[in-house]
Amino acid sequence: MDTNFNRRRLLYTAALAGAGWSLSSLLPAWARTGTPGVTAPDMPTLTGDEIALTVGRSRFMVGGRAGHAVTINGTLPAPLIRLQEGQHVRLAVTNNLDEDTSIHWHGLLLPFHMDGVPGVSFPGIRAGETFVYEFPIRHAGTFWYHSHSNLQEQIGHYGPMILDPAGPDPVEYDREHVVVLSDWSFMHPHTIMAKLKKEEGYFNYQRETLARVLKRTAPSPLSLADWRMWQRMRMDPTDIADVTGATYTYLVNGHGPQENWTGLFRPGERVRLRLINASGMTIFNVRVPGLPMTVVNADGNNVVPVEVDELQIAVAETYDVIVQPSEDRAYTLAAESVDRSGMARATLAPRLGMTAPVPPLRRRPTLGMDDMGMGGTDHSEAGHSEGDADDAHAGHGASAVTTPDAELPDVEDAHAAQAGHDADDAVAAGSSSGGHAPMTMRDKSLAPPDMHVGVGVDMIAMNPQDAAGKRGLGLEDVGHRVLVYSDLVALDPNPDPRPPSRSIEIHLTGNMERFMWSFDGRRFSEVVEPIRFARDERVRVTLVNDTMMQHPIHLHGHFFEIVTGRPGRHPRKHTVNVLPGSKIAFDLTADAPGDWAFHCHLLFHMHAGMFNVVTVRPLDGGAT
Amino acid sequence: MSRSAALSILLAIFSAEAFGQRADHAHEVHDELEDHAAHAEHDGHAEHDGHDGHDGYDREDARGAHDGHDGRGDRGELDGTDHEGHDAREGRDDHDGHAAGAAPGGFLDVPPQAPPPAAAFSGPAYAADVMFGAEEMAAAREQMRVEQGGFRTKMILADRFEAGFGDGDERFVWDAQGWYGGDLHKLWWKSEGAGQIGSNPDDAEVQVLYSRAVTPWFDFQAGVRHDYEPPPRRTHAVFGVQGLLPYVFEIDAAAFVSEDGDWTARFEAEYDLRLKQRLVLQPRIEMSFSAQAIPELEIGSGLGSVEGGLRLRYELRRELAPYIGLGWERNVGSTADFLRAAGEDPRGWKLIAGVRAWF
Repeated sequence: MDTNFNRRRLLYTAALAGAGWSLSSLLPAWARTGTPGVTAPDMPTLTGDEIALTVGRSRFMVGGRAGHAVTINGTLPAPLIRLQEGQHVRLAVTNNLDEDTSIHWHGLLLPFHMDGVPGVSFPGIRAGETFVYEFPIRHAGTFWYHSHSNLQEQIGHYGPMILDPAGPDPVEYDREHVVVLSDWSFMHPHTIMAKLKKEEGYFNYQRETLARVLKRTAPSPLSLADWRMWQRMRMDPTDIADVTGATYTYLVNGHGPQENWTGLFRPGERVRLRLINASGMTIFNVRVPGLPMTVVNADGNNVVPVEVDELQIAVAETYDVIVQPSEDRAYTLAAESVDRSGMARATLAPRLGMTAPVPPLRRRPTLGMDDMGMGGTDHSEAGHSEGDADDAHAGHGASAVTTPDAELPDVEDAHAAQAGHDADDAVAAGSSSGGHAPMTMRDKSLAPPDMHVGVGVDMIAMNPQDAAGKRGLGLEDVGHRVLVYSDLVALDPNPDPRPPSRSIEIHLTGNMERFMWSFDGRRFSEVVEPIRFARDERVRVTLVNDTMMQHPIHLHGHFFEIVTGRPGRHPRKHTVNVLPGSKIAFDLTADAPGDWAFHCHLLFHMHAGMFNVVTVRPLDGGAT
Repeated sequence: MSRSAALSILLAIFSAEAFGQRADHAHEVHDELEDHAAHAEHDGHAEHDGHDGHDGYDREDARGAHDGHDGRGDRGELDGTDHEGHDAREGRDDHDGHAAGAAPGGFLDVPPQAPPPAAAFSGPAYAADVMFGAEEMAAAREQMRVEQGGFRTKMILADRFEAGFGDGDERFVWDAQGWYGGDLHKLWWKSEGAGQIGSNPDDAEVQVLYSRAVTPWFDFQAGVRHDYEPPPRRTHAVFGVQGLLPYVFEIDAAAFVSEDGDWTARFEAEYDLRLKQRLVLQPRIEMSFSAQAIPELEIGSGLGSVEGGLRLRYELRRELAPYIGLGWERNVGSTADFLRAAGEDPRGWKLIAGVRAWF
């Protein structure tokens, strides 16, 4: 792996600027709109031991329209920070806003008081003040940084960060591009939040309608009976994303689909794409039609190369993929929002100005039994879309992690146990198949005793299935290779071989109608008990998703190992996406003393209360 | 009709939605700002030990490895009130076994769920206090607490703002409400009124309510209502529920007791049938009841009036939707007799045009 170390530092398309070209004049007229977005590829790369960053307000233009952004050093996304493993960095952050700000170094292992979460790691950076972050770089990989204050992240306060390894990089590549995916709205994030509180489906213009159901036209696979079942539950099977393309423009490196950010390559090169999902709310399906992608790194940790045709990147995750275009033609990088309401689009091409066909948006998925937490039970026809309803079942089975049947609770017994529950929570699930007794959607006996089943909990997953081997929402039935977590195998052995000494279970809870989100039924604002770990203890944490939405859960200051069934080579990540009605387990060595934020990285879910603090004790220096 | 009968619909809804959840109710004292002080004191072991022997935890012993606290100690007292709700404990145990055994890849040796070891409770309650000082961190912590779920929002909804035409009558109607508050506690107001177009309203009321979320889908509301028209002006106490029934019926049901001791009740239900993405057909029904005759208001006892409506609205934006519709009203029983005696028709149809708006 150490040989053939022939990569060249060609970042972004900034390489072109180095060749003396004016990038914007080379863009086709429709892309040459003079927006800061278009000039973003020229943005500086910050390196060295002393880095100065300034947070301020800027105008941001996309699609010919200007909006207000909060930026770092005046660009959106913020400048690329490139550091070297083993160095010691000082980052002086000056706040030119009229409100507090902060920078969280997402995924970095560092002392807790440098992690950048106001109220957890430090007091925040007041208006007009400068805070100096100072820490050693202990590892390598693709990361990013963003505000942890007042929803600033939604309006531009994010940027990419690359930590280069001290030794040779085991990943071979000739060229690299950073691909920062994000979502932009001209609506202020506080307004977005208020709309969601008032009308949860505000941004969803792909709802089920009577017209669709009666005709059973695309994208509705629902029968009238299915629709009635969802209505009875007071849930919406089309609620895939809370905030959608109805207000978002999806960006690649600050460029809208029209601006078409273009990354260059020479045919035959191995091109490393460092994909970073810096969105507020958008999970993307990423593919490059015509090019397989070899995943080599996830959340900054190298994995055994695995070739796929599409991957779903949840908010806050990073994936490094290698593509090797051999033809002298353009390729489209399509990052479709998970609800298929829009797309971030970029082009990989040998020369600027070349484009490739943009694949059309596919049908939006529809929630099904798995997403209700009834995985493993008989599926109604309320399956996911994409292909016809009958095939959908086969797809589910194939993509689900294989769990011995013996380990599943007996579904019929579960039904019996739930007989007599109050009719309010019961629902005739599987109504279209007709043979089921009513199942309850909110059986309190399934909640752990320390979970608070109150107003903020509208559902408790009856039979959540492990989703480590499951394809992302809406990709169950696509006819090509889709990355799942269990495809990821750590390149290096996991550093802590000990089996976990105890387990904990954390429920991801919510109330869709009221747009309340929480852990174990309690919003952070209710003053919750932190999640406590003893220093260096190894714990298995199972996240149970009691909602019908996805939640990318992020733990600060640590990597955890997703339990995929390959002990010792579990993928190490800082963020794990938990599918609706499913669960996922990770093993954590709590080796970073201090207090750490732990939250859903969907910005408005966090803002609504899906947040807690992880404490690791004792601290250094014998503090007791 | 007796008082209890007049309120039967109200009670039926309330019992289905709220009483089934009364255990939650006790639990919810933990909401929002309360108990902040308790948290501030909460720095570990001593307090946890205090929870040994809570009956909430006795049952957990069956799950093994629990020694009286589960790292959630400051809620232990509240949990103790909640455990009627967890009678099916055996079923839960099965689930635990499953949770452990079902880890993928044949991980059958998953350790039991257990509280954190003692070391996890050592050291300062808040690590950053050590670096930046307790006072500065406390302010930042409070700000962060509010930012993660503790903020408030407000809404104003003009649900019906319309003109009705029928029987040579041209009348306007408003039906608006709004709220301000957090997820669980809101200040809620409602106002309804009607009148001849071109004249002052002959029917006008305002309600100011405290609205408390009691189930995932329903709020309990209590407060006062003041009638400005028709005379005489009256004030009522209000008790009601508002929310979503299964099948997404929007319900607003309330009982009123006036300063004269007259009991009345009102029940409204709406259903939004989405025909197309922006086109919604909304059937609506409203019924009023009285426990006694109130002659000066021409109200008889029992069911007094039934009003139905079918409105077709188009959402130009979610916030702004003009509509057209058909309304039907029928006064019944002795209320109808009052109207006939006054020479009025106790029933009628009307064409409706209006707008629904919120912001």
